[in-house]
Amino acid sequence: MKKLIIALLISFASTSVFAGSHSPCGVTSGSINILANEFTTYRIFMDEVKSCAGPEADFNVTHSVDHNKLQVAALSANPAEFSAKLVTNGSITPLMNDGLIRPLDDLVAKYGSNLNDNQKITIDGKIYAVAFMANAQHLWYRESILNDLGIAVPSTYEEVIAAAEKIKAAGVMENPYAGAFKSGWNLGQEFVNMYLGHGGEFFKSGSAQPNVNNEKGVAALNVIKKLTELSNPDFLTQDTNAVKEEWESGNVALMHVWNSGAASLLDDEGDQDIKADTRLAPSPTVGGGNKPATTLWWDGIAIATNTSDENAEASFRALVGAASSTDLANNNPNATVWLIKGYTPGDTAGPVVDAASRGTTPYPSFPHMSLMHGALSTELVEFLQGNESAEKALADVEAAYIAKATEQGFL
Amino acid sequence: MPHKTFFWFILPTGLAMILFIGLPIVSSFFQSLHIETEQILMEVENCDPFGCKTNVRVDVEATEKLRQENPLGRFNGFGTYTDRNHLAFDEIGEAWNTSSSMSEFKDIVLNLPFYKALLFTLTFCFAVTPPVIILGFIVALSVNTLSKIIKGFIVFGTILPMIVTPLIGSLVLFWMIDSQGIIGASIQILFDDPNLSLKASSNLTWITLIIYGIWHNTPFAFVVFYAALQTVPQDPIEAAYIDGASRYQRVRYIVIPHLYPVATFIMLICLMDNFRVFEPIIGFSAEGVAQSLSWMIYQDLRNENKMLFGSAGATSMLTIIGIAFLLTPVLIRTWKEFRTER
Repeated sequence: MKKLIIALLISFASTSVFAGSHSPCGVTSGSINILANEFTTYRIFMDEVKSCAGPEADFNVTHSVDHNKLQVAALSANPAEFSAKLVTNGSITPLMNDGLIRPLDDLVAKYGSNLNDNQKITIDGKIYAVAFMANAQHLWYRESILNDLGIAVPSTYEEVIAAAEKIKAAGVMENPYAGAFKSGWNLGQEFVNMYLGHGGEFFKSGSAQPNVNNEKGVAALNVIKKLTELSNPDFLTQDTNAVKEEWESGNVALMHVWNSGAASLLDDEGDQDIKADTRLAPSPTVGGGNKPATTLWWDGIAIATNTSDENAEASFRALVGAASSTDLANNNPNATVWLIKGYTPGDTAGPVVDAASRGTTPYPSFPHMSLMHGALSTELVEFLQGNESAEKALADVEAAYIAKATEQGFL
Repeated sequence: MPHKTFFWFILPTGLAMILFIGLPIVSSFFQSLHIETEQILMEVENCDPFGCKTNVRVDVEATEKLRQENPLGRFNGFGTYTDRNHLAFDEIGEAWNTSSSMSEFKDIVLNLPFYKALLFTLTFCFAVTPPVIILGFIVALSVNTLSKIIKGFIVFGTILPMIVTPLIGSLVLFWMIDSQGIIGASIQILFDDPNLSLKASSNLTWITLIIYGIWHNTPFAFVVFYAALQTVPQDPIEAAYIDGASRYQRVRYIVIPHLYPVATFIMLICLMDNFRVFEPIIGFSAEGVAQSLSWMIYQDLRNENKMLFGSAGATSMLTIIGIAFLLTPVLIRTWKEFRTER
């Protein structure tokens, strides 16, 4: 945890010297074909990757919000459909499970002299990914609305709920809260945040047996239920991008979304009055816990196993060139929290640094976590619609998880 | 047609059907009997920007070795078919023993993923098919009476819902029924309820999906009925007209009996199509409240980080059995008609 804070707060000398090493940019042989998630910060990053690759490079990138669903099938093929994938601490595990991404030690030694040590994601002593940004979900609020009603910035979810109720009661907004509750990955993620905020553990220690049907799980669900009651009635269909649109339309006063959302929420497009009124705050705690109810994420680059060494090298060069570009970081200081050497954190980095310093749990990287997340994605809907008790919903989650984990060979 | 001629006539089609339909089904069935090999876990030290800690990961080499030995995975028999995510025999048995009333038992069963999906699939099938046939017939009759000049234009407009890709069509409607969309906002004003949302409640979502299904399928029924209407013999119609039969009587006693076999055909195709309802669920983001059998297969193959081939295979087999059940009455009827005609 300290490493991150140190890396963020201390900015290194920002001259890009690749002394004694090969310069990564200007790729002339091999083809680059990248699969990545779709949001503004990744677009900014990819522009840099493309310019690093140079005009002669055979360069392709596919942005898709379905990247998690595509990655295993796409990289299992031999040769793989993509030579590289932008991964997170969540999406790297399914790739590691099947050995679909290659160790990068040689390439890092050759081209990665300008990387911070904490950018190197090592698993069992080998580098499997190079991180370039840190991300977390946290609270966003409209300053004027809170000020007008004399509401202090909430630091717990209980205060968030009270604040949203007050805004609603005052008739300022019909649905003052927003979160990405879309049934599927997003809804599962909201439960992960809230359950970890209550101090929950997803698995019985040392095994793949599920452990969510307990008091903490019920408490987490009840908080989510209260929040959804203060959200747009269509909450089950709204993902992060839809929530950001609600925010930019001025329909929402409090929301819990990704720090990287700043890249599109605080740009020059859209209603500038709302932009000027938008403030970022640390992620709230919940149920008397001391850790914020959120998860820490890193986003990084990984190279496919099933691609030729030539393509792997070409892809790595272009990607690592961007992942060590101080100019990229400092020209877009508010796009996200960059982990790049020489980066001076912008105004919006605060909540992520805060989350890291208060001991927030990184997203769990168990090999079977994605199955748990999948079970949470589908089995919580009926509870939120009021058709089922919290205990029943959590029992369903465990049963669905067990059936899938058994089929996958984890149990 | 002599049997020998028939054999040579059907041979290419038969071979293609075995190759592209029969074999994949056999292969899916075979896969559905297997589950993944055991995953061997090991403890390793992981370091990332947030620090180092001990974690478990899959031992890729050892697991790969197991996988090489058993490429199909572990044999599980009909275990996948009877697990909770499919027919759930154990859960149903337990529910039968523990529930105190029939409605409690029903609630438990319909909460199981497969039965929940089956309920929606069947509801969709039986709510969409009859209106499609009736509406398609009415539209065909109306269009048939139009003057030649505007007919082509109207026919094109009528079959438009079928031409639009289902996913795109449902997305367009999804945005229109949004609380800020033209239909959603109009409904809110009409019912004077600012919180009314078609996407929020499961009942309204089901109704929306069914209305979409009718909208999308009616053109198919219309096209077939319209073509069939051109074959209605004009003599009996004229005779009936001279006898003083009203338009309703002519339709009821001459046109409908003539089109009866066509209606059976449309019903067969519609039931089959609607049983595999899928795109509108994705387009309307209705996964949360409305799952179909096809959506379950998609979920197994797409929404998990790793594809659950066994589970998807089992659901596919159950879907095929479901379609067979559904079509049996219609097929028996067609067979009987065929026999009587001979």
